[in-house]
This record gives sequence, C-alpha cells and structure tokens, in this order.
Amino acid sequence: MSHVPAELKYASTHEWIRDEGDGVYSVGITEHAQELLGDMVFVELPEVGATYAAGDDCAVAESVKAASDIYAPVGGEIVGVNEELEDSPELVNSDPYGDGWLFKIKLDDDSDLANLLDAEAYTASIEED
Amino acid sequence: MAQRTALYAAHLESGAKMVDFHGWDMPLHYGSQIEEHHAVRRDVGMFDVSHMTIVDVTGPEAKAYLRRLLANDVAKLKEPGKALYSAMLNEQGGVIDDLIVYHFTDESYRVVVNSATRDRDMAWLEQQTAEFDVQVTERTEFGMIALQGPNASTIVAQLLEAAQYETVKGMKPFYGVQLGDLFVATTGYTGEAGYEIIVPVARVEAVWNTLKQAGVQPCGLGARDTLRLEAGMNLYGQDMDESVSPLAANMAWSVAFEPAERQFIGRDVLEQQRADGTDKLIGLVMTEKGVLRGGQRVVVEGGEGVITSGTFSPTLGVSVAMARVPQPVGDTAQVEIRKKMITVKVVKPSFVRNGKAVVEL
Repeated sequence: MSHVPAELKYASTHEWIRDEGDGVYSVGITEHAQELLGDMVFVELPEVGATYAAGDDCAVAESVKAASDIYAPVGGEIVGVNEELEDSPELVNSDPYGDGWLFKIKLDDDSDLANLLDAEAYTASIEED
Repeated sequence: MAQRTALYAAHLESGAKMVDFHGWDMPLHYGSQIEEHHAVRRDVGMFDVSHMTIVDVTGPEAKAYLRRLLANDVAKLKEPGKALYSAMLNEQGGVIDDLIVYHFTDESYRVVVNSATRDRDMAWLEQQTAEFDVQVTERTEFGMIALQGPNASTIVAQLLEAAQYETVKGMKPFYGVQLGDLFVATTGYTGEAGYEIIVPVARVEAVWNTLKQAGVQPCGLGARDTLRLEAGMNLYGQDMDESVSPLAANMAWSVAFEPAERQFIGRDVLEQQRADGTDKLIGLVMTEKGVLRGGQRVVVEGGEGVITSGTFSPTLGVSVAMARVPQPVGDTAQVEIRKKMITVKVVKPSFVRNGKAVVEL
C-alpha cells in the first residue's frame, strides 16, 4: 500500500500540497502516482510568476511509460520550482513527498483548500481504483 | 485468469510489479526499469521469456516446408545449430509473425515465435503442413530465460560443466546447442551479447535462482522494450503486423528473394511492392526535452507517417523512436507532440549496440 502522509492535503488527480506558511504551498505528486507512472525521465515545470486556477494543467511528468499532466491543486501564482528535477527527475520516484516536490504556489483563495482531500479520503479514493 | 510461467513465484519474491501481457502475468519491472536497462548494457541481466512459443518442426520434408513458410531461406543454414531471423507472411505479404529458426538437420528445426501471436501462429503452421510430410510440435514443457549483457558469457559458466562451457564460449552469434537438458543459444533481443536458454519447466526456477545468486539483475518487460528499441529491433504488433509488408518494416534484409524459384508465401506480392516502392521504417532521435511515443504523427518530405514505437533511451539520455513514413524522407522530420511540431533527426533505426551509441546526437 502506498504511503499517504497524514499532514498533507490531496487532489483526486494525485497531487499533494504542503502548507509552507504565508499562503505558500509546495506541490508534488503522490507515491501512488509515481508508482503508476514508473521511472520519471523529464519533468516540465511551470514558469515562476505564472498564475493558474485550481484544476489547470500546469506541469507535465514524462515517465518511461507516459506523459502525464499535472494540475494545480489550488489557484495562485507560481513562486518557486524545483530546479533539481532538471538533472534528477528520478527524485520524484525516490522521494515524492520530499526532494521530489515540483513547484510552490501562492494561494489566491483559501476556499480552494476546502475542495481537497485529507489523507484518509485520498487513501480511500486510490483503493477504489 | 492470466497464465503464469514457472517463475511467477520467483518474480514476486524479487518484488516484481506484474502486468498482463497478452494473457500472461509477467513482470513489468522489479523496482526501476531504467536500472534494469543499465544492468544489461553495462553488466548482465536476465528476463523470463517462458511465455514465448517453442515449436519443433520435424519430418522428411521439414526443410521444404520451412522454405515455403518463411520469407527468409532456411537453405542458408548449413551447420547444426545455426539460426536465422525470418518473417512469416500471409498470402498478401503481411507479417503474421517474426521468429527465429534453429537448424539441427534438414529434417529437424526449432522455431521460436511470439507469445502474443501464439494461437494465430499455431493455426497457420498447422494449416501449411497439408502439402508436406512434416510434424509441428509445440514444446510447452520448456521455460526460457534470456541472459543478456557484456558479462553474460562469464556468468553462463555457472550453469554449465567445464566442457559445455568451452562449447558455449566459442559460439558465434545466432547459434544454438543442446547441452544436457539445457538448450543454449547466442541470441537475444537487447543488442548485447548473451544467451537465450531453454530449460525444462521443472528446472527453470533453479536456473533462475542460480543466476540471481551469481548477481544477475532480474529485468522486466519495461527494460526489454527500451533495450530492443535502442537496438532497433521490431516489436510485433507495434512496428509491424499482418497489414504491414516486411519491406515497410526494416525487414527487407531478412527476405531472401534469391533463389528466384523459391516460392515462399507472399513472394508475388513482395516482388510487386519491391518494384512499386513501399513506406519505410526509419529511426528518429529527439535531442529536445520530451519523449517520442507510439502513435504520434510524423511529417517527412514524402508526406505523413506515424511513430510505431517511441521511448526515452536510458543509454543515450534522449528520446528515440521508430516511425513508418512515405518516401522520400530527408534528414529531419517533424513530430507532433502535445499539439506542437518538433524537428527531430532521421537516422537508421538502430541506436545502441554493445553498450555504445551508433547514432550521433
């Protein structure tokens, strides 16, 4: 069974977000998602300064198996991206909740958070798959 | 329920992620398909290929039967154990399957065909026996392990007695020899040196475990696909099928038009195609970020074609693909990736051999 940290929030499309304070949230994909995709070979990240609404596709994870869109779990402005992934996309596989984070987003509207799943609900959603 | 090979339990024990492969429960990878790929290029890896279909063809007219059945000519095989690669065509010149045939005597051959096409292959093989004094016997009592990589030749000693090892060590590519209850062939699907070893089912797991204890990396279908694609080897069902001529699948080298009087199935259609010209299977290399994938649209001078197989090449660190396109082709092609047209380099469909790049990046 995939690891689903209790302190994070999740989108049903397999992204996680972590509260970094000051309205900034880091975003990555879940362990379950990286298992489905297999070895990561490229990650196309959004540009810092770009803005997205919740649910917009804003990044692409290319694995040995497929290219997969990554959606902004909440709306806001991109304030940082994980440049380590340029040379080491495999961090998404080896440490999806840590060094394999993708980008940081400054939240526009707190109400977006209410649409996310907690660890228990996300675990239930992937067990249905 | 999916069929399982004799190594099913061994795969689970090694942490395999199992997937359905044309009705067989097979390992996709054992953790990281890229690490498995590198193991084969740099050291040695092993694959369970027990799902493949082994067929023995025997009888007074075995040779005549295979000369009619196959696009390549088994009359080229003079020495016992010598093997060749061939297409098996339908009457319209489409590829029913690609296979390896081993020659023991003119009355005894062994053919190894794909698992995905097993039912179709067996029906066709049987159907074509009508006019020949020949028996076609499927050998389900065997499993098969592919041991591949630059260090395969030292590791294989673990399975053999000293005298047997001497025999194997001196074998050139594309030979097979029966040694005790093992059939050891210098063939493979990776572009590396190595062996395909046919083993009685009862012993497959013991052989696998011996190799594992010797440090051989178990490898799944994922690595098998990236290795064969880097080597420019076709995958049946992707790079060709019954609707595709071998001449449009980079298999013309395996079609023996000489001697002219040999009437193999599909010959007339192929001769016409050879005169008229066909589409061409080309190699593509993309140095930009992204991954070429099967099904993507390709544009060349002669018009529009399609990627038949594409992947990220772990050895080269860029994406490579095979594509079928109309001629003429030119030095570059445009590929549509996620609604953008990207320029890629056109090369011969062979990217890596014996651990080394054979294309310029």
